[in-house]
Amino acid sequence: MEIRLSGIHHAYGDVTVMQDISLDIPSGQIVCILGPSGCGKSTLLRFIGGLERPQAGTVVQVGDPPAGCLNPLTYIFQDFALLPWRSVRGNIALVLEDHGLPGQKVQKIIDDVLARTNLSDFANALPKQLSGGMKQRVAIARALAVNPAVMLMDEPLSALDSQTRELLMEDLITLWKRAPFTAVYVTHNLAEAVRLGHKIVILSRRPGRIRDVVTLKTPIAERTSATPESQQVHDMLWSMLRDEARAADAELLNG
Amino acid sequence: MPNSLMGDPAQSQQVPFRGGGFAPSARRGVGLAVFVALIALAEWGTRAGWISALTLPKPSDVVQTFVDLYQTGLLWKHLFPSLSRLVIGAALGASVGIGVGLLIGLFSYIRAGLVPLVAAIFPLAKIALLPLFVIWFGIDEGSKYALIAFGTFPPTVVATYGAVDNVDRTLIRMGQSFGLSWLSIVRKIVLPGAMPGILSGLRISLAIAIILLVAAEMLGAEYGIGAYILEAGSLYDLERLFAGVVILSVLGVLVSALIGLIERRLLNWRV
Repeated sequence: MEIRLSGIHHAYGDVTVMQDISLDIPSGQIVCILGPSGCGKSTLLRFIGGLERPQAGTVVQVGDPPAGCLNPLTYIFQDFALLPWRSVRGNIALVLEDHGLPGQKVQKIIDDVLARTNLSDFANALPKQLSGGMKQRVAIARALAVNPAVMLMDEPLSALDSQTRELLMEDLITLWKRAPFTAVYVTHNLAEAVRLGHKIVILSRRPGRIRDVVTLKTPIAERTSATPESQQVHDMLWSMLRDEARAADAELLNG
Repeated sequence: MPNSLMGDPAQSQQVPFRGGGFAPSARRGVGLAVFVALIALAEWGTRAGWISALTLPKPSDVVQTFVDLYQTGLLWKHLFPSLSRLVIGAALGASVGIGVGLLIGLFSYIRAGLVPLVAAIFPLAKIALLPLFVIWFGIDEGSKYALIAFGTFPPTVVATYGAVDNVDRTLIRMGQSFGLSWLSIVRKIVLPGAMPGILSGLRISLAIAIILLVAAEMLGAEYGIGAYILEAGSLYDLERLFAGVVILSVLGVLVSALIGLIERRLLNWRV
């Protein structure tokens, strides 16, 4: 299944936040959306998943979701969004309960995703007992449980410290290598985009417009922060973003 | 220790500590000690004579009255109808209150329509409406249930819709993004998320219920803690009056402890 955005335009009152965004998200690839803060990248992600409606333009899914897919467009949120009153197992069960699956099947899915995210030992822990990295692993497990066609990741690593971020990035790469998934990955972190993206879409400051789309050739499995391409792309992106970021930083809020 | 610091060690002094306080911690038995000290003071005063018998009854006499009450079986005769009024009235008011509070929290039209109404009911002295309740619900138990229910209803509503408003919206969006049904979101996300606020609202509602219990029993009740206190008051029988008041206090402490227990069991997920 692919996602096609065409002519997305959005404004809050008189302030145009997004202008003429057209983009294809091909199956089996990770598309990173990179931009300075306030450029509307999270809003764009909410449009893609149907949590918000753009004023103009369309979001279309092309083709059918794969068999066994319970929730084609599945989010992973920056702040994890785990129910604090449910255990790890219960949080994953939450998204399966409405589908009328037999109990045995549900347990099998939960065991499987817990194993894939190395969480089997924590199945009965409450979120308050888990570190930030563990919480995000639970959220990833929950997303995997519904077998999504496209993962919509809204700055999934931004609430974590840099060491945990590195570990989770490796986990994501391992997951992708084992079973390539389609994802839209919103971030403001250049290193994450260069490491995970097949395609990097650079948005400009408000009003958000696509400034450039960079395609990376090195396979994800072979990337390290030290490869010449990574460094080169990183530097190029930074030169593009630097002025935007500086201007965004100096902007008044709600102005 | 190798001393690589410059300067004269004779002039050194320890950095003063200034970070303490402002952190309440549990102190066992202090609450009990305050009770005991106050009662002992009253006992000493009434025995020594510097507190006159008209000002305060002797605590030991109050205890004796209480023992008599227990031995004659009158205690249960008064306590049982009071407890059933309290349980039925408060259960009615609290459950309808939680229901209405949820509806206000979930639907904008109901919020717009009912919030002003609740605000209008809340400050009314329910005791003033007692004659009206007698006409509406009869002089028997009905009017007493109604009075207690009407008193517990508004604070429960306000606490409940406030609690629903405070449920983390990102959790609700998460539920929607996974395609959960509306009912599932309410049952599995909104309701548990509002539970802390609802329970702390219940603490206040139930205290109000106990206050109103006495008010309700002051009118046309033969048995009940309130009737007992009213009778003792009109006879100026301070020992019995105080025995009745102590029962109410104990009731209040028990209700509060019960909610504390429920909180510990239901809200163990809180950080």
